[in-house]
Amino acid sequence: MADIATKIVTQNFGNEAAKSIVEYERLGGYAALRKALATDRGAIIDEVKKSSLRGRGGAGFSTGLKWTFIPKEAKSSYLVINADEGEPGTFKDRALLAWDPHLLIEGALIAAYAIRASHIFIYIRGEFVREHSIFARAVEEAYAKGYLGVRILGSEFSCEFVVHRGAGAYICGEETALLNSLEGKRGWPRLKPPFPAVKGLFGQPTIVNNVETLMNVPWIATHGGDAFAALGVPKNGGLRLLCVSGHVDKPGIYELPMGVSLLEVIEKHCGGVRGGRKLKGCIPGGSSMPILTAEECDVAVDFDTLMTSEKIRPVESKPGEIFHFGGRPLRTMGGSGGVIVFDETTDMVAVCARIMRFYAHESCGQCTPCREGTDWLARITTRMAEGNGRPGDVDLCESVACNIAGNTICPLGDAAAWPMMAFLTKYRPEFAAKIRTAA
Amino acid sequence: MPLVFSTEAKQKLRETVARYPSAMAATLPALHLAQAEFGHVSDEAIEAVASELGLSPAHVYGVATFYTMYNKRPVGTYHVQVCTNVSCMLDGGYDCLRVAQAAASVAPETFTVSEVECLASCGTAVCVQVNDDYHEQMNVQRLEALLGELGRRG
Repeated sequence: MADIATKIVTQNFGNEAAKSIVEYERLGGYAALRKALATDRGAIIDEVKKSSLRGRGGAGFSTGLKWTFIPKEAKSSYLVINADEGEPGTFKDRALLAWDPHLLIEGALIAAYAIRASHIFIYIRGEFVREHSIFARAVEEAYAKGYLGVRILGSEFSCEFVVHRGAGAYICGEETALLNSLEGKRGWPRLKPPFPAVKGLFGQPTIVNNVETLMNVPWIATHGGDAFAALGVPKNGGLRLLCVSGHVDKPGIYELPMGVSLLEVIEKHCGGVRGGRKLKGCIPGGSSMPILTAEECDVAVDFDTLMTSEKIRPVESKPGEIFHFGGRPLRTMGGSGGVIVFDETTDMVAVCARIMRFYAHESCGQCTPCREGTDWLARITTRMAEGNGRPGDVDLCESVACNIAGNTICPLGDAAAWPMMAFLTKYRPEFAAKIRTAA
Repeated sequence: MPLVFSTEAKQKLRETVARYPSAMAATLPALHLAQAEFGHVSDEAIEAVASELGLSPAHVYGVATFYTMYNKRPVGTYHVQVCTNVSCMLDGGYDCLRVAQAAASVAPETFTVSEVECLASCGTAVCVQVNDDYHEQMNVQRLEALLGELGRRG
């Protein structure tokens, strides 16, 4: 595992000058691209596979493997950068786009070269107006220097870069909703298959990658896949960004080795729980991931440990009945790296109700279980939070959540159902206490 | 009265459309442009976008009403968007929302207030977006001071 001083995607944070291409080049920038353009495409994909870089947007899928899904016979493809960050508790993209835009452009170009993409599209969340300007300027600089456009750096490789703004819709962070949105439509997720790698943007083979994921690619191209893998733990290469918010002394963005313990992040790196209070629990990967109690926080933050550690109590669909996902008990997941910390004074029913209102607001309306179910969960948990819970409400929430999970086109349904079930699994007495008994 | 884009906006729109393989893909950028040009996305603005892009008004209307950033009604000089999602809620997001609503009730032409979902600025809660700008680490006092300042500027 890397020592904690190692930084990759945050190394230029705080360096105002690094936003300009001149300074970025002076610091060694775009050398990885030059090296990549002189390398066989397959060899680059092999290095990324070896690095065990996994998608930092939520699912944690192997990046190198994803790149191989572009059909062999495809003449060209598209690379789409997902910068539509909106998962509550996650706040890395604004900083990444603003502090080191050229690292993202360079990483995307190496990826685009590897998958033979003719175009790179970046979908930037609409609210990020300032970051959009900074990034668009960096793209212009890259064009002016010959890193983008026709026959890049004298090679056979040509690639155009399109900067696109969203307009306010959480669902567009889901890759197929994002593709529809980029095509100028409502952000409705698509049924898979066909997967985007086969039929994606404008019907072409398309790879969608997260901002942080692509920003690690230049380092891998420079230092090799094995070196990146060694920074993390087996099957979870490199470092990852943890966005820590809530009741900690020093909230912020921390780039730490994959195997670091969540409790250590809270206690050591973030200065512990604010005001000397005790830890009550924490959400480890954005609001759609099952919550952990204080006792469960002493686990490594890598994707596999959070899914399989027996320290974490499995989520139940009702008391005593373990909920399964992907053939194993659902514990929690690393998701987007958004860590929200709660102190002992936190009203978990109020937190749960706020999360449910979020998903009800953001449901795209396409699938009935999600459209209706999230709204009911929001209404019932909100009345509980206000102390007006009715007898049977706790069981009702459980039943609604179970009928959403797994029954929708995209994972937004699960993103509402899982935390609902997890809050009830771990803090059920707090919900039961909100039921108004006959006066 | 039908709305018509200015010559500059039409030029910008043509450049935008040229970047995509289909005119439909320019729907979101065109609606952003319409909002900047006409103040908000009215039915007439939707007609103007549809006509410029050669799309049906029904398609453009469907898109315009799907995304939260397109204001279907006029907004005040300052659109104050207060995040009350979890991290902001823990740090007083709802108190900030009440402060903003109080300011808007006194000066409705200056301030339009919206409660919004996560602005992806959770480490610097409470986050309040005013027009294009993020204001971070807000609390009741700082927000009152900010709104007071903006109110004087008008």
